[in-house]
Amino acid sequence: MPNKKVRMSTIFLNGIITENPTFRLVLGMCPTLAVTTAAINGVGMGLAATMVLIGSNVVISLLRNIIPDKVRIPCFIVVICSFVTIVQMLMQAYVQDLYASLGMFIPLIVVNCIILARAEAFACKNGVLASAIDGLGMGLGFTLSLTIIASIRELIGSGKIFGIDVFGGGYEPMLLMILPAGGFITLGLLLGILNSVTAKSAMKKEA
Amino acid sequence: MDHLTKFILLFISCVLTNNFIFSRFLGCCPFLGVSNKVETAMGMGIAVTFVMGLASLFTWAVGKLLVLLDIQYLNTIAFILIIAGLVQFVEMFIKKSSPTLYKSLGIYLPLITTNCAVLGVTIINFDSYVVEMDAIGLVYSVLNGVFSALGFMLAIVLMAGIRERLETSKIPQPFKGFPISLITAGLMSLAFTGFSGLFSNLG
Repeated sequence: MPNKKVRMSTIFLNGIITENPTFRLVLGMCPTLAVTTAAINGVGMGLAATMVLIGSNVVISLLRNIIPDKVRIPCFIVVICSFVTIVQMLMQAYVQDLYASLGMFIPLIVVNCIILARAEAFACKNGVLASAIDGLGMGLGFTLSLTIIASIRELIGSGKIFGIDVFGGGYEPMLLMILPAGGFITLGLLLGILNSVTAKSAMKKEA
Repeated sequence: MDHLTKFILLFISCVLTNNFIFSRFLGCCPFLGVSNKVETAMGMGIAVTFVMGLASLFTWAVGKLLVLLDIQYLNTIAFILIIAGLVQFVEMFIKKSSPTLYKSLGIYLPLITTNCAVLGVTIINFDSYVVEMDAIGLVYSVLNGVFSALGFMLAIVLMAGIRERLETSKIPQPFKGFPISLITAGLMSLAFTGFSGLFSNLG
């Protein structure tokens, strides 16, 4: 068995880079496209999902020997849903602006495929610590990709990043990027660029 | 405005101007995942329409109960359980009554549980029709569910038609698969944005 520390950091980086939920696994598309009109929304959504992921991963990992195999999916959903409700109430109490701008996509974290996928693929087979780190890694990977997409859209669509004016007023915002269409196109182009970069570096390795 | 006019406006709104996929981003996962062939897209659309109609009906009743007991914050957990149960039930029903349809829908049926369009529509209904309206809210909820699902079906079938053509066209290697589908969806969404002027003219 490899060094424990090495294993944990592999799990952590797995979520952020190797199996990045948005760019590699292409999961959880709805919030990715919907809330990324401003960078701050991307960060908020990502962190909310991270909290749910860590919580549900830990609980499911604790209960992995108790939950019968046949009814595991409903059990997972109930656990996930409880955490979503908690996060929703916390956000409503402490970060109302963000809560209002994310709107119904907070309760919809329940049906975000990433969370159920991690429960099914990782948490129900691994220990508590590993599951928590997996949740953290995946969550941060999700946050990172949301922030990247949202920054690009906010920069081109309204000339700002995190609400700070970058171009100093001389820039005519391109409304398309804030519209739903912009979300699809930005993500499509990003995925394409990423694919070509990966293909190139793979070719270099072979040569 | 009488109810009939409102129903017609609701239909146009759900299918064209506020299309679930192109303007609200609900149900993107099956939209991108199951839109390879027109036939399966059609099957998925029909199954989603059925489940969304039923889910709107049941969640309206349960939503009323939650409001009555003053425990609205439990709506997400209650609705997702109803949807999961409903999907299971629909699956068993279709399996018994029409094995051919069951076979053609296959794995897509259980996937409807995690389709955020279904949970999304019940939450939209809860906010606008359950809390604010009385009995007539039921009709609005169910119609909203069915019409939104029809909008979803329109989108996914159109997308499948385009993707069938994309299969045979020459696309740069890195853009094959997801990237080109997303860009196509973006262009379709742009076209649908054109409908948003409809209502401002109706006043």
